[in-house]
Amino acid sequence: MTLTADTAYPPIVEMRGITISFPGVLALDNVDFFLRRGEVHSLMGENGAGKSTLIKALTGVYAVDSGSIDLIGTSQVFRGTSDAEAAGISTVYQEINLCTNLSVGENVMLGHEPRKGGRIDWKAVHRLAAEHLEGLGISIDTRSLLSNHSIAIQQLVAISRAMVLDAKVLVLDEPTSSLDRGEVEQLFTVIRDLRARGAAIIFVSHFLDQVYEIADRITVLRNGKLVGEYLVKDLPRDQLVTKMIGRQLDDLEAISSTAERAIDRTDAPILKATGVGRRGVLEPADLDVFDGEIVGIAGLLGSGRTELVRLLYGADRADSGNIEMVGTPAKMTSPRHAIDRGIAFSSEDRREEGIVADLSVAENIVLGIQARKGLRKVRQEKQDSVVSEYMAALDIRPADPDMVAGNLSGGNQQKVLIARWLATAPELLILDEPTRGIDVGTKADLQKKVAELSEQGLSVIFISSELEEVLRLAQRIVVMRDRKSIGELDSRRFDLDGLIDFIANEGDGSAA
Amino acid sequence: MTSVETAARTTREQTGYFQTFMSRRASILPTLAAVAILILLFVGAEILLRGDFITPRNISSLLLDNAYLLILAVGLTFVIVTGGIDLSVGSVMAFTGIWLAQLLAAGVSLAIALPAVLLAGALVGLLIGVLVQFFDVQPFIASLAGLFLARGLAFVVSLSSIKVETAEVLWLQSTRIQLGDWYITPTGILALLVAFAGAWVMQFTRFGRTTYAIGGNKQAALMGLKVARTTVAVYVISGICGGLAGLVLTAYSGAGYPRNGVGTELDAIAAVVIGGTVLAGGRGYVLGSMVGVFVYGTIKTIISFMGAEQSWTQIIIGALLLVFIVVQRAIVARSDRRSRS
Repeated sequence: MTLTADTAYPPIVEMRGITISFPGVLALDNVDFFLRRGEVHSLMGENGAGKSTLIKALTGVYAVDSGSIDLIGTSQVFRGTSDAEAAGISTVYQEINLCTNLSVGENVMLGHEPRKGGRIDWKAVHRLAAEHLEGLGISIDTRSLLSNHSIAIQQLVAISRAMVLDAKVLVLDEPTSSLDRGEVEQLFTVIRDLRARGAAIIFVSHFLDQVYEIADRITVLRNGKLVGEYLVKDLPRDQLVTKMIGRQLDDLEAISSTAERAIDRTDAPILKATGVGRRGVLEPADLDVFDGEIVGIAGLLGSGRTELVRLLYGADRADSGNIEMVGTPAKMTSPRHAIDRGIAFSSEDRREEGIVADLSVAENIVLGIQARKGLRKVRQEKQDSVVSEYMAALDIRPADPDMVAGNLSGGNQQKVLIARWLATAPELLILDEPTRGIDVGTKADLQKKVAELSEQGLSVIFISSELEEVLRLAQRIVVMRDRKSIGELDSRRFDLDGLIDFIANEGDGSAA
Repeated sequence: MTSVETAARTTREQTGYFQTFMSRRASILPTLAAVAILILLFVGAEILLRGDFITPRNISSLLLDNAYLLILAVGLTFVIVTGGIDLSVGSVMAFTGIWLAQLLAAGVSLAIALPAVLLAGALVGLLIGVLVQFFDVQPFIASLAGLFLARGLAFVVSLSSIKVETAEVLWLQSTRIQLGDWYITPTGILALLVAFAGAWVMQFTRFGRTTYAIGGNKQAALMGLKVARTTVAVYVISGICGGLAGLVLTAYSGAGYPRNGVGTELDAIAAVVIGGTVLAGGRGYVLGSMVGVFVYGTIKTIISFMGAEQSWTQIIIGALLLVFIVVQRAIVARSDRRSRS
């Protein structure tokens, strides 16, 4: 490490007294933030703490109500993202903001294409793009369409855009949320290299491990207010978590007893899938879920986790296998069948396939029972009672049923989705990555709720990239790799390392 | 396969050509399909009409008869590539056409009248663009408003047709630059110039590339691109093209008529889509739209050669559209799936 946060450099970015309010919400209240050259600075806080708002103030998406932003000692007023970009601040967003319809090279250079004689010089575009990408250690055909490449590559393409601008400040907003371990390593190598070259990097992530691996300094926000700025080495994890959520985290300990719970597997399983598969998507897999059981599905992104549950739910059609529910054959050719048989599926893509952002929280919750009921309107009193019951049960915040769902934080949107499904009184709840992009406190909360529900007799299929979660919640774990099921584990007999080892090594022809 | 291989133009090994082509240029497939259909139409008609169809005269008149439609389609391609739509173009063409005829009849010189009507077209486009960009109105609704406005204005100018006697305007149509049996009129040259200029702008300017970026990513503003300016500009371009088409149509028919171009916006959209531009935005080519216009024109010509009802043109165009939209869906779905996995 050539440069660390201890550097004597003066701050390159100085944000002082930043205040931003939206109708009814004070998103940022007099927050200071300083960023220095040659450091990776993590912005930490729960959902709704104001991290994104602060970043959007810095990148020109939001105008500040009061406060000042100085860049290298000169005061800045950004009227849009292009102002901030021109000033040397580049952002890579969580939802990769590139054009999949264009070539890799064009995505790198878009808006900065070299011109010759009044026209874009395409040869130079691709030459420069290739140089920038090679600087990040990737060599791919820059003329190929971006949509041909993995999310990880797209992420790096987004970062190389920042290189084109010769950015002094690089903002990475949840860059690792869809990457697997190897890809995260690749990204971190790039980040370290940029830091060594003197870039100032803001790294926002919900993964504490990653923050502690890469960051030099941490600024903690809570409820739109600054809690403090710390050097990573001076701030142990438990203290960080305490500062973020303002209370101790004993809750998670209590949850882990769920996994220990004995499940009665003598009756017919709620769901019994035998040899369910689809050509080119998933090799035939078996899965049983018993009454009150939580079955975890573990595996890397793209291992077939989501594909399996989509087949069970009828969202995609299986071309082999049988599904039985409580001993009777069930045909799952559309989600309607699945819903009728009491299966609820909360998708991993809550923005696209779950929440209706323009409707209120209450309307989003009622949607599930309304869909069951058909065209007849659910009585208002019934609606109100359902909404208040589940908002209280899941502790949805703010506790305002009329709030537009799109304004809720990710964690609370997820709770709204779960409330929607619970209101339909399902027998089996499938949760696909329910905690992705959610802060620590809400995560623990959600896990606790899932554990409670299963104790009350609900069966759950729980998918998560975070193996600790799966181990903590599930009694049994189905492990997937390369689009097939490679084994079923009793979670009491495995710890995290054992599970990782199993995912990585088990089920190879050689290992068996 | 040969055309695919040549198009890939790479030094890679023979076996990699197809993959390379698909990874780079999959979006050109619908346009190539349109070219294939155009060739099929020509060959089919030639056989059907026993060698009477592919003649210099016929092909020359294809451009002449569809010059106005080509100009409209070029403007529309810009709009559709951004993911928008412009329903106003037929009415704008009628309004600018009749107003031009009226101005000329009133003795205003063409040097003043032409810029005036082009400006009028641009203003209608500006209105639609501002509604879409700054008031967040659906392009369909905003341009529907533009359609009614322009049509209404056309009737305000005159309820009946106005004959054009101005020599310069008639010259546009009556001049035939001959090469053997081939000929081209100034209107045809104008339409081709508009098409090639449009293609150049889309391929070789930052503005053009931004239209693709907007169509591919609604959040393109976050990439620091000038989204607002570009969105408004594509509707202005479409409006100006409407004005030019008004000029060409007035020259073609020798008069302005307020009922001209009813439904022409739909013909133009059909031509653009058949030419390989995806209605969802982000993919398409101006020259593809030109092919689409020729497909449309050829079908029309064949129908009239066969002496059948012109309504058959619409049925065939409808069927073609259906096929093309399904093909487009497949292509878009394929690339979406790839970007997800």
